[in-house]
Amino acid sequence: MLKDKDRIFTNLYGQHDWRLAGAKKRGVWDGTKKIMALGQDEIIDQVKASGLRGRGGAGFPTGLKWSFMPKESDGRPNYLIVNADESEPGTCKDREIMRFDPHRLLEGCLVAGYAMRAIAAYIYIRGEFVNEAIHLNEAIQEAYADGLIGKNACGSGYDFDIYVHRGAGAYICGEETALIESLEGNKGQPRLKPPFPANVGAWGCPSTVNNVESIAVGPEILRRGADWFAGLGRPNNAGTKLFCISGHVNNPCNVEEEMGIPLKELIEKHAGGVRGGWDNLLAVIPGGSSVPMLPKEICDTVLMDFDSLRDVQSGLGTAAVIVMDKSTDVIAAIERLSHFYKHESCGQCTPCREGTGWMWRVMQRLVSGDAELEEIDMLINMSKRIEGHTICALGDAAAWPIQGLIRHFRPVVEERIKNRKAVKAA
Amino acid sequence: MPTLHVDGVEVTVENGATVLQACEEAGAEIPRFCYHERLSIAGNCRMCLVELEKAPKLVASCAMPAGEGMVIHTNTEKVKNGREGAMEFLLINHPLDCPICDQGGECDLQDQSMAYGSGESRYLEQKRAVKEKNMGPLIKTTMTRCIHCTRCVRFATEVAGIDELGALNRGEHTEIVTYLEGALNSELSGNIIDLCPVGALTSKPYAFTARPWELKKTESIDVLDAVGANIRIDSKGQEVMRVLPRLNEDVNEEWLSDRSRFSYDGLKRQRLDTPYVRKDGKLQAVGWTEALDVVAAKLTGTDASKIGAIAGDLACSESMKALKDLMDALDVSNVDCRQDGAKLDASNRASYLFNTTISGIEDADALLIVGANPRLEASLINARIRKRWKKDNFPIALIGEELDLTYKHEYLGAGTDTLSEVAAGKHSFAKTLKAVERPMIIIGQGALTRADGAAILALAKKIADDTGMISEGWNGFNVLHTAAARVAGLDLGLVPGDGGKDVAGMLGAAASGDLEVMYLLGADEIDTSKLEKTFVIYQGSHGEAGAHVADVILPGVTYTEKDALWVNTEGRVQEGNRAVFAPGDAREDWTILRALSEKAGKTLPYDNILQLREKMIEVAPHFAEVDDVIAANWGDFGTAGDVEATAFINPIRDNYMTNVISRASGIMAECSTAFNTASAEETGTNG
Repeated sequence: MLKDKDRIFTNLYGQHDWRLAGAKKRGVWDGTKKIMALGQDEIIDQVKASGLRGRGGAGFPTGLKWSFMPKESDGRPNYLIVNADESEPGTCKDREIMRFDPHRLLEGCLVAGYAMRAIAAYIYIRGEFVNEAIHLNEAIQEAYADGLIGKNACGSGYDFDIYVHRGAGAYICGEETALIESLEGNKGQPRLKPPFPANVGAWGCPSTVNNVESIAVGPEILRRGADWFAGLGRPNNAGTKLFCISGHVNNPCNVEEEMGIPLKELIEKHAGGVRGGWDNLLAVIPGGSSVPMLPKEICDTVLMDFDSLRDVQSGLGTAAVIVMDKSTDVIAAIERLSHFYKHESCGQCTPCREGTGWMWRVMQRLVSGDAELEEIDMLINMSKRIEGHTICALGDAAAWPIQGLIRHFRPVVEERIKNRKAVKAA
Repeated sequence: MPTLHVDGVEVTVENGATVLQACEEAGAEIPRFCYHERLSIAGNCRMCLVELEKAPKLVASCAMPAGEGMVIHTNTEKVKNGREGAMEFLLINHPLDCPICDQGGECDLQDQSMAYGSGESRYLEQKRAVKEKNMGPLIKTTMTRCIHCTRCVRFATEVAGIDELGALNRGEHTEIVTYLEGALNSELSGNIIDLCPVGALTSKPYAFTARPWELKKTESIDVLDAVGANIRIDSKGQEVMRVLPRLNEDVNEEWLSDRSRFSYDGLKRQRLDTPYVRKDGKLQAVGWTEALDVVAAKLTGTDASKIGAIAGDLACSESMKALKDLMDALDVSNVDCRQDGAKLDASNRASYLFNTTISGIEDADALLIVGANPRLEASLINARIRKRWKKDNFPIALIGEELDLTYKHEYLGAGTDTLSEVAAGKHSFAKTLKAVERPMIIIGQGALTRADGAAILALAKKIADDTGMISEGWNGFNVLHTAAARVAGLDLGLVPGDGGKDVAGMLGAAASGDLEVMYLLGADEIDTSKLEKTFVIYQGSHGEAGAHVADVILPGVTYTEKDALWVNTEGRVQEGNRAVFAPGDAREDWTILRALSEKAGKTLPYDNILQLREKMIEVAPHFAEVDDVIAANWGDFGTAGDVEATAFINPIRDNYMTNVISRASGIMAECSTAFNTASAEETGTNG
C-alpha cells in the first residue's frame, strides 16, 4: 500500500484549502523556478526516466510525447493542451484534481509547457464541470497575481499563459484531435493522423495534448527525482495512479495508489470490499467503460497496471474500476454502454457511425433474449469490423465492452436466448 | 520521390503523393467513396483501407502519405474483410431502392457493392430514414440514401466557395443539410450531383427521365459562356436528356457551371423549325426554296452599302466564316460579330484573348479584375481563380461593381477614375502588380462595351506593359469574353471592312432608313426596335427578339445539333459534335449560307465542312490546331484617348438568362426566380 509520504495528490478529498495559500502549504509551487532551471531537455529526460505513462487511457510514455515537439520554432508557436474533458464513464479523477488541487495542475502546465517550449497552455474542460472551471479560473487569477504564470513566470524569465476553454460535454472531444477541432471552434470530429498534433495541432501549430493527471504529477516527479517515481509500482508501469472505484462496493471512492496493486487489494482496502463480500463479485470493468470486463476468476489475482491488464485482454484505461456484483444483469450493463457509444459517435466515419447503432440494437435484443444464437458470433464479427477500422479509437472503445462480455459471459447470453425461445414456444 | 512496394510491384511516386495514388500507379484498384482528387481528404468512408506492413491496423490509403520503403498489400484477407465491413456498414442504412433511384447504373455504391460486398445482408433492424432537404430547383435530394462521404460539403466550401452545406447532428443522426434549409445558391451547384457517389443528390430536371444505359453519349463543347467547357451530351432518340462535364485539365477540370449544365430544356422550346417569309405583314411558313429565293433577290437587288450583317453570341465558326465569305462576295463591308458593341480590335489577336490561359491562372502572382464579374460571366474561370487564391498568397483587386467573388479581394473603385490611377502607376495596387513576377489583368466586357472602350483597352494595355505583365513565357493580359462566338468571329475577321459600319452604326443607319437589309446570324441581343424599317433576314435556332422583327426566317440549329468548331476566350479551338438532329426543317447553319450563296449567284467555294474548315485555316491558321492554345504575339492595340468618368456595369444581370437557349429554358427560369428574388421570400406577414 502506498505510503502517505509518497502521495502526490494530498488534497484529493478536499479537506484542505484548494486556493493558492493552501496549495503552497502542501508544497505546490515550491521551487518551480529551480525545476525550470534544469533546462528544457533535462526536464524531458527526467520525465522519461521516471517512466511516467500517460494517465488518459492509452498509456503512452509522457516524456517521449513531449520530446516530439519541435525544439526550434519555424515561426509557429508551440502549445500545450490539457485534456480535461474527462468523460469516460466511471472516471472522476481529473475532476478532483481540478476542484481540490487546481494549482498542482497549473504548476504542471508551466513545467510541461516550458519543457516543450510552449507559449501557452489551453485547458479544455468539459462543459459539465462548472464548479471545476470556476476553481481553475480562480486559481489562474491567483497564479497570475502571484507572478507564478504570465510574464516571467516564477521569476524564471519565461513567459507563459494558461487559458481555460469550456467544451460542451461531448465524449468525442476527449479524443485529442477532436479536442483540438473543438478548441478551434469547429465541430468536434477527430482528424486524420498523420499529421500528428506535434507537427500540426491547434491552429496548425505544434501542440501536445496531455491528460490532467499526467500534467499534474510532473512537478512532483521533478522535485523528488525520477528515481523516486520509477521506484514505485512495477517495471514499465511506474509511479502512483489515481483509481476511481465505483459500482457495487461498500465505499465507492477515488484513491491514489501504487501502480500494480492487486485489484482485490484495491477494492478491499480502499472501497470497503464488494457488496456482500468478495465471493459476491461477478465482474469488474477495470479501466473505464471502454475496456473489456473481467470475470471474478481473473479479478482474484490481476494486478492493476497497463501490462498486467493487457495480458488478460483488458486494459488499465483511466483506472476507473467499475465493480459489478452478482445482482447485475451483465448483458443489460453492456447494452447501456453500447447505447452510450452510439450516442457519442461523431458520425464522421462509416464503421463507427453505422456500427455503433447496429451493435446497440443487437445488444438490446440480447438483453431480452429475442435473438438467434448465431447472432452472437455475428456481433463479434461486426465488432471486429469496427475495431481498428475507424479514424479514432471510439470505434475500438465501442467494440471492446461487447467483446469482453461475449468472451467471459457467453453462456449467460446463450441461456437468455434459449429461455426466451422456450417462453415463446410455450 | 518515395519508392514503395504495392502487392509486390515497385512504384516510385511524387513527393506528397498518398498511398492510394501509389496503389493506382501500381495498378491496384482501390475502392473509395469519400476520396476525390480535387477535394480535400476526409478519410471517412473507410473503403480504401489497405494493409501497411509494420502498421498495427489497416490504414486509410487516401489519407496516408506515401513513404519510402512502405510495403503495401491490397488483396489480403484482412483488407477484404475491412472493405466488406465498410461496405456492410454503408449498406445497412441505405435503402434498397435502386429500381427507383436515378443513380442506378452509374452508382458507386451499387458498383462497389457488386465488387466488394458480401452479397447478403445480416441486418435485421429498422433502417434509418432521413427527411428530404430542399436544395432548390436543380438538386433533388433523397437524403435517406446519403452515405455521409461529405464530398458535396467539401466541394461547396472548397471549390464553389460557399459555406451553405454542412453536416448537422452526430453519430447515426448525422445529416447533410443546407444550414438554413434554402436553395444552394451557387453557380456551380450542379457539380455536387456528379460528386455524390450515391443517389442522395440527383438532378431535379433529369429526374426519372432516362437510365444511363439508354443514353447516347456525345462529346462536345459548351457554348453558354466563352469558357468552352468540355461536355458530354447525353441524348435519347432525338432529345437531349442532360449535359455533363468532361475532363479537361486546361479548361474546366471536371466541373461545369449550372447555366451550361441545365439550360438543355431550352433546346426544345421556342425552336424555329421551318422557314418563314413575311407576307401581308404576317410571317408565313414557306419552303426552303422560296425563302432562299426571297433572300437572294433582296441581297442581290440592294446596294451593298445598304446591307448589313451581324453574327450573334452562339454562332459557330463555320457559319460565321460562310457569312463573312458571302458578304465579301456581295461587297458588303457592314459586318460585325460584336453585337454588344465591345471595342475589341480584330487586328491584334493578343488584344482580345485570355492570353494567360485558364490553367495559367494557377501560375499567376497577382490579379487585377476590371469591369467583369467572372463568377457569372465565366464561373469556371472564377473557380480557377479561387483555386489559385486558396493555394497561397495571391493578391486580387477589383475595379467595377462591388461583388462577392468567393475569394477575398481588394475593392479599388467603381470605374475609369480608379483604372486611370492604376494605369498612371499612382495606385498602391499598381506597385503590387509591379512587385511580383507574373501579374495578370482580366478586363471584362463591362469595361469594353462602352463608347470609350478603345481608350479603356489602351489603359489596360498600359497597365500590362508598365507592370511587367508581358515577359518571356508569360502574358498576363486577358480579355474575358461572355459569348462563345466572339473570339472565332474576331479571328475570322467579322468586323467592319473599309468604310463599313459596326453594330451601333448599322443599327443607327437602319433606324434612319439608310440601311435596307440586315442579315442576323443568331443575333438577338441587339436593339431590334431599330430594325422596324429594315428588311431583316434572321437565321437562327430560336424564335426570339431577332425573329420577331424578321421578314424572312431561316431556321438554323443549336450547338447540340451540329458539328462545329468553337474558339473559347483563351483562343483555344475545340470541336463540338452533333448529338441529335435538328427539329423540323432546320438546317446546319453553314449549309444555309452555302445554299443561299448559290441562289445569289455567288457560290461559296466549299461543298462540305472539311473544305470550309480549310478556308478557315487559310485566314486563321490556328484553326488547324484543335484543342491547343497558340500564343498570340503582343503588339500595338487600343486607342489612347479620354475616358468618361463613370462606373463599369457588368454585362450579365441575370445569370440564368444570358442567351436564347437559357432564356427559353424552363429550368433557368425557375433558377432565375429562385435565386434572384431571394429577398422577396415569404415571411408570413408579407400579405
